[in-house]
Amino acid sequence: MQNNNLPTQEEYQQLAKEYEPKRPLLKNCIRAFFAGGIICTIGQFFQWFYMTYFDFTEVTASNPTVASMIIISMLLTGFGVYDHLAQWAGAGTIVPVTGFANTITSAAIEHRSEGYVLGVGGNMFKIAGPVITFGVFAAFVVAIVRILVEKLGVI
Amino acid sequence: MLQGQQSWIFANRPVLLATAVAGGPFEARSAIAADFDILHDDIWLGQSSFEKAEKKLLEEACQTSIQKAGLQKEDIQFFFSGDLMNQIISSSFAARTLGIPYFGLFGACSSSMEGLALAAFVVNAGGARYALTACSSHNGSVNKQYRYPTEYGAQLPPTAQWTVTGAGAAVVAAQGVGPRVIGATIGRVIDLGVTDPFNMGAAMAPAAVDTIIAHFRDFNLDASHYDLIATGDLGKVGHAIAADLLRRQGIVIPENIFTDCGVLIYQGQQQVMSGGSGCACSAVVTYGHFFNRMLKGELKRVLIVATGALLSPLSYQQNESIPCVAHAVALEWEGV
Repeated sequence: MQNNNLPTQEEYQQLAKEYEPKRPLLKNCIRAFFAGGIICTIGQFFQWFYMTYFDFTEVTASNPTVASMIIISMLLTGFGVYDHLAQWAGAGTIVPVTGFANTITSAAIEHRSEGYVLGVGGNMFKIAGPVITFGVFAAFVVAIVRILVEKLGVI
Repeated sequence: MLQGQQSWIFANRPVLLATAVAGGPFEARSAIAADFDILHDDIWLGQSSFEKAEKKLLEEACQTSIQKAGLQKEDIQFFFSGDLMNQIISSSFAARTLGIPYFGLFGACSSSMEGLALAAFVVNAGGARYALTACSSHNGSVNKQYRYPTEYGAQLPPTAQWTVTGAGAAVVAAQGVGPRVIGATIGRVIDLGVTDPFNMGAAMAPAAVDTIIAHFRDFNLDASHYDLIATGDLGKVGHAIAADLLRRQGIVIPENIFTDCGVLIYQGQQQVMSGGSGCACSAVVTYGHFFNRMLKGELKRVLIVATGALLSPLSYQQNESIPCVAHAVALEWEGV
């Protein structure tokens, strides 16, 4: 059969690249900077709030602060707002703990139709799972290195 | 009957007797909202899952098209349907409701024209008096299966596309009044090595071009024969590439003739990046918008080239490139 003179794979990928609109990198970075900054400022407010009005120290205040941010993120995800914010903010909404809460909440909502055990339970960590897996593994490696270094008397 | 290498010419000119299209809330704000028969303001359609909502859209489109044709479902001999879900559950479950003898198709987003071509072939050959063809997609169910959860906050690149929530159905008849199905060109699977599932337009463009060239060759036609040549869901990016590839072959189709359903469907302020996609994209634009324009006499000869990306989430994770296919169907309105 004739090949209708289509370009070769290499030629075509070059051509397709020319037509691919570039991601607006600078704009995305600036937006991420401000969105992430605003989220962190809100977190800072919560820390101050818990330290000023409740019996928390700078260290212990981080627990209720993180919980508050997670609850806000979960509500925004549930009301269908977070994904729209994220399209604007990009990394600004992914990197903070709110992004992590969004991955778990969105997956839980999505798979509710398959039941609580196999649906919600089985899929909740679909996106967050790799972060946890490699996060725990990285912590394990770092801990081993630290123990070795200490035992060898380097520090 | 066979025409050229990979095309059929339908000598008995089966009729597109009636069509119906259904859509969701986002489609109710689209550029072609007026062409929908049924629009829902609830993405769930009152169902407990996106999958059930999609099936309901498909059932509604099918039932409405049968009704508009002035028929009962018992009058229809065969039902050709496809969708994007695993094991094409939307189509099969809708076929369970309809109770019409059923062919399940999978051509991804090319299913709309695959179904129409087969339905027309069967009717043309005397295999049926009436055949029903349909397909559907749902933004929620497709995102869930192929991409991320709907509420997940990932930033989409400018090449990404928005899956149309909707369904389109058409009744093809041996006799009656309506646009005629003149011929069809069945596409080959083309893979030029694009691996990015967020750039389906670029992956599918060569398949569309291959089928268009084959169609012109088999029927010995050129682009001036048609008032409109519409690809299925290439989006802005894929459409520009397809036009370029055709130009390189010496085929220049004017902008007012060569278009894409994914580019046409949504309006400027709707955030859809490169355009619409999904089985329903070509189905609702063809069976809704183009069909109505043909009835109004604005379009006489139309070629629809539905494009499909034949990937699965598994094949993508295993670093396979995206094989694509396109099927073309030629329609003609001769007036009443």
